Amino acid sequence: MTREYVISTVSGPPRLYRAPEHRMAAGVAAGIAEHLGVPVLRVRVAFMVLLGLSGLGLLLYAAFWAVVPVRPGDTAVPPRREFGQLLPFVAIGLCVLLVQMMVFDSVGAAGTAGWLVAIIAVGAGVIWHQSTPERRRQWGESLPVPWLGAVVEESDRRAFVLRFVGGGVLVAVGIIGVAAVYSPAQNLDAVVNGVIFALVGLAGVGVVAAPVLWRTWNQLRSEREGRIREQERAELAAMVHDQVLHTLALIQRNASDVKSVQRLARGQERSLRNWLYKPTASPTERFAAALEQAAAEVEDTFAITVETVVVGDRDTDERVGAIVAAAREALVNAARHAGVQTVSLYAEVEPDQVSVFVRDRGAGFDPDTVEDHRHGVRGSIIGRMKRHGGRAEIRSGPGEGTEVRLILPISRDSATAERDRS
Amino acid sequence: MTEQSTPPAEPTGAGPERLRVFLVDDHAMFRAGVRAELGAHVEVVGEASTVSEAVSRIAATEPDVVLLDVHMPDGGGRAVLEAMRRSHPQVRFLALSVSDAAEDVIGLIRAGARGYVTKTISPDELAAAIRRVADGDAVFSPRLAGFVLDAFAARPDAPVTDPELDQLTNREREVLRLLARGYAYKEIARELYISIKTVETHVSNVLRKLQMSNRYELSRWAADRRLV
Repeated sequence: MTREYVISTVSGPPRLYRAPEHRMAAGVAAGIAEHLGVPVLRVRVAFMVLLGLSGLGLLLYAAFWAVVPVRPGDTAVPPRREFGQLLPFVAIGLCVLLVQMMVFDSVGAAGTAGWLVAIIAVGAGVIWHQSTPERRRQWGESLPVPWLGAVVEESDRRAFVLRFVGGGVLVAVGIIGVAAVYSPAQNLDAVVNGVIFALVGLAGVGVVAAPVLWRTWNQLRSEREGRIREQERAELAAMVHDQVLHTLALIQRNASDVKSVQRLARGQERSLRNWLYKPTASPTERFAAALEQAAAEVEDTFAITVETVVVGDRDTDERVGAIVAAAREALVNAARHAGVQTVSLYAEVEPDQVSVFVRDRGAGFDPDTVEDHRHGVRGSIIGRMKRHGGRAEIRSGPGEGTEVRLILPISRDSATAERDRS
Repeated sequence: MTEQSTPPAEPTGAGPERLRVFLVDDHAMFRAGVRAELGAHVEVVGEASTVSEAVSRIAATEPDVVLLDVHMPDGGGRAVLEAMRRSHPQVRFLALSVSDAAEDVIGLIRAGARGYVTKTISPDELAAAIRRVADGDAVFSPRLAGFVLDAFAARPDAPVTDPELDQLTNREREVLRLLARGYAYKEIARELYISIKTVETHVSNVLRKLQMSNRYELSRWAADRRLV
């Protein structure tokens, strides 16, 4: 949408758009005025005067409404229409019509036909107006007659009701119009009677057609549901085939190699679990996903289990990326040196800080004696956390296992911004 | 699961005889496996593969602990818990599932399970968990502790009917955090300078709060995570 906007304003010639922000009825007059550079009032009055020529003004307005799109990129909700402002123009229109009647004495068959065309144009305009640009484009591709799309396309209930009522009114008016053209009514009573009979006729058609319509509707819906189910099944089958079956085949071939069987089973379990239970998030965007990805990589590389628990979540930035990297380094250290099968990884996102704990129950070491040559610890964990305004503590002792604690304070401002956004 | 050093099978708190355990799982192979692995530690008094079978046979055998599968074709562990909880309050339930999804874990605990362990647990750890549940304690895996922290974490300004009940104390939160960080009960006790018994009390209180805290909060929690 935005791109379209950019292209059309930068490279294209100035185009005619409706201006919903200045609209009185649909923004046609405002749009034209803006395009031609004349006062909007003049355009409106012109429409009203044209109304005198067998409803030409209305016809033109409807035609513009139908074909002129709303300015793209204009996603803001337009202000409410002010019907009070509309009143003078309605009055002008009525005056013009009265004058026309007085001048030409009677409306006549030609005038009535003009009105009918105008009304049908308005109805069509309403339908067109209801449709969104994307759907219009779809119709253009899939249907030879784009107008048909408005009638056959499924859409939300409001549009449906609008279309239904609009269509009904159009049909009623059409019937009355035909009756009036072929046997001109002399008084108002005849017209009222005609309207009543038309409504009765419509109701009858509705009663007859309703069950069929309802059945068709239900059928369409169940078909659609079936299609969705089928699609999901196909997706599941594809996933099982691509991953599970292949893993099982690999396990059968490597049955004697315990380590690789465990690695395969663990990786497969993880991916199945993610598929079944987890809403997917991008590791480049969310902290929890990034940490879980780091844990998964360590699991796969070193054939250990990382018991990951993440409480809370937030978007990543450079500093959060740093704590993930430090946590990854701590996991790698635990996997390399602790000599255990399971490492615990716990992370908690609080409003004012992010903390990560990596704990193993392995060999452990005396931090004081070995720190000098452990550049991994000093550079990748402690140094990295310091550079980004956080801190790292390492608690360990021979035989007691190791726990690496990573704390990254977050300023209040960014924390509240984060909360406001979510 | 949370206890690392497992003492050998010594029945604690349940009298001189071995603990009577009932298995509910729709996979016969899994039941057979558990039965074989647990045979040395406890007495398996019965098995069931469906919810209705479980309800009638648990009522008949009255075991100490029921090992309960979460997902079963006709309603799952939750249905068993809801059917048994009022009529047989003395029977303790330990959920044993392959799923560690938040909604399964929290759902079972809220329905009245005393603990939740996954099927990858080792036999010794499972036996220890059964013993702890039989003693009236709760069994929390780090993951479960994480879920509970998550559930009670974001406190909105919503009216809280019973603040005592609906909030975790700082101490309980600390205990849960350490649990989630992979500490065993005795390590938590050492870290916080309290006794193991106190740790167990805190954990049991958390479990009680989880089961009884106000419905609105937890349903909102579930809705936030698109679990319902």
